[in-house]
Amino acid sequence: MSTERERDDHDSGGTFGDYGGQYVPEALMPALQELEDAYERYVLENEDGFMDEFRERMHDFGGRPTPLQRADRLSERYDREIYLKREDLVHGGAHKLNNALGQVLLAKYMGKERIIAETGAGQHGTATAMAAAHLDMPCEIYMGRTDVNRQRPNVYRMRMNGAEVNPVEAGSGTLKEAINETMRDWATTVERTHYVIGSVVGPHPFPQMVRDFQSVIGDEIREQVQEKAGRLPDSVVACAGGGSNTMGTFHAFVPDSEVDLYAVEAGGSSLEIDEASGVAPNSATLSTGTDGVLHGAMTKLLQSGDGQIMESHSVSAGLDYAGVGPELSHLVDTGRVTPASVDDEDALNGFHRLSRLEGIIPALESSHALGYLEKRYEDLGELVVVNVSGRGDKDLETVLEETEKRDLAAAPEVEVFDG
Amino acid sequence: MTDGSESYDSDVEAAIRENHPALITYITAGDRSLEDTKAYVEALDRGGSDLIELGLPFSEPIAEGPTIQAAINRALEAGTTPQGFFELVDDLETEAPLLVMTYYNMILQYGSEPDVRPFVERAAEAGLAGIIVPDLPAEEADPLRRACDDHGLDLVFIIAPTTEGERLEAIMSQVSGFAYVQARLGTTGARANVSTATHDSLARLSEYDVPKAVGFGVSEGDHAAEIVEAGADGVIVGSALVDIIASSETPDAAVDELEATARELKRGARRGAGEEDAPEPEQP
Ligand SMILES: Cc1ncc(COP(=O)(O)O)c(C=O)c1O
Repeated sequence: MSTERERDDHDSGGTFGDYGGQYVPEALMPALQELEDAYERYVLENEDGFMDEFRERMHDFGGRPTPLQRADRLSERYDREIYLKREDLVHGGAHKLNNALGQVLLAKYMGKERIIAETGAGQHGTATAMAAAHLDMPCEIYMGRTDVNRQRPNVYRMRMNGAEVNPVEAGSGTLKEAINETMRDWATTVERTHYVIGSVVGPHPFPQMVRDFQSVIGDEIREQVQEKAGRLPDSVVACAGGGSNTMGTFHAFVPDSEVDLYAVEAGGSSLEIDEASGVAPNSATLSTGTDGVLHGAMTKLLQSGDGQIMESHSVSAGLDYAGVGPELSHLVDTGRVTPASVDDEDALNGFHRLSRLEGIIPALESSHALGYLEKRYEDLGELVVVNVSGRGDKDLETVLEETEKRDLAAAPEVEVFDG
Repeated sequence: MTDGSESYDSDVEAAIRENHPALITYITAGDRSLEDTKAYVEALDRGGSDLIELGLPFSEPIAEGPTIQAAINRALEAGTTPQGFFELVDDLETEAPLLVMTYYNMILQYGSEPDVRPFVERAAEAGLAGIIVPDLPAEEADPLRRACDDHGLDLVFIIAPTTEGERLEAIMSQVSGFAYVQARLGTTGARANVSTATHDSLARLSEYDVPKAVGFGVSEGDHAAEIVEAGADGVIVGSALVDIIASSETPDAAVDELEATARELKRGARRGAGEEDAPEPEQP
């Protein structure tokens, strides 16, 4: 990671073009100002050696740097160079630790006494619980009931690390509801509590700060790909839920106009939206959303014409969110990032394919990026980097169940698991 | 109004000053149905509300506690839309001016493009006197405030227990209608007692000559009395009224109880102001 980061042109004062801002209850505004101040001093200016300590802990505790691996069989299959950024090898099994450790450490520097976080897939909750245990901070995690049920291994892991997990019953019991509930907790306890937001979403300075903690991914890719291939990639592909692994992967390449950036969202079962039912059978916000305000920021959203937020859907809990980071919305509007989506089935196929061909079991989230690679490799140039944002151990139950429902070419015989 | 920047007379400010100490009541529009809401609002008006806040339901009410969250869910399940909301307001004839309380996205999405103006125009046409937006801090409020100024609507800001120093100064200089003093950190919801944060907040605000009304947690006449005695010009009561709607057997029963509860709250407020004619409430 480069040392002290400069503010980018397009992120002045917490907005990215028309997106971003701070749409939160008044009670939280002083805390956001305090956080912005701490972010500028510790993260941007390395005050008290904050960034040095962060990098050291990411190295020793987090296992960074992660490899950029040439995927031999995928390269053969697609007849081009395919590299995988192995964020699945970060401690905890996903890129989420980059941000969680950064924020928990920052909270500590700020003198906060308690950590709260929301989680969808449980991956961010797990990373936060690990970081909090590592840095000796009490921690509470809010998680939608549906996600508690479909991501049990992560619930256990959070508990093992000493975090309290609070299931949220409201709505469809996914990430959106978990964020609402965490915001309510924060509005009550803001004076001593830091809310570790899990993606590049929420009010300023979160989208910018989370991106900075995650940008280690792209910084490493940039160096590693030049070392291994002698040049920059033609395209970089990452999945997008809120968009933290996406922005972390893309940030270093935004100025390189010759590198194409693809943000792959969850197409769910269909891109059609049934307004009357208030349900979107997908989470493809960048592809199909409209501008509005949710969870503290102006961004693209899945919403009805009246402004009610839709329930989203994805086979992958970590992508199942009706919003997306404001910076990604901006980069899509300006044409720098290409929004894309693959459906549940293509993602499941991506999951099985990588597991079979490369011996890497990817998270269902990351499997969307791999699904896109399969479908569109011809458009991606000769040198392609795909971010494997996390590993798929947490998803095995879901994958077995969803695979059994379908006739998937890439899948193993699932019956063999019965005995 | 403090700095004379507005070019209209604030009905909201007048309602508080002329009826001091004021009772401000809140219910969610469409809770059960919009027809029932009409009867409830009229009951609150008869019961002595000096201002009435009507919630326009939004699917992600992050500033709301469980009681109002549930009311919003009931209203959305009943199919409440902004169009239906405004038609209800068109129909209502109350003594008390009406304010709409909703989230920013609902305001932005009214009309064909994300823009605050169509909502404000429609609100003015329906006769609403002001707007309260719990997720719109002063920093982000310029577009809405300009639209409200143009149409003679008040945009009410919330003062939280954490609002201090320069932020407090800046917000107080822009107060329109009244300062909504949040009694405690956290979300809306009826509470058993008045928070000490209320007293601290009112003490911090005492030097500002703007109407101050306290909400979040107020549920009975005795709270109203205590809050007015501590220096508030009004009290705001929501969850305790929404509870009545949720727990009444029939809409008619809710109507009677809403009216009686408003009366009791108003009596409490007047007792807090040391008004002789305020009868003592019955002891339980
Ligand atoms: C492995 C993995 N990848 C991606 C995501 C999606 O989040 P984001 O879009 O912020 O990277 C998640 C979220 O839980 C995840 O666990």
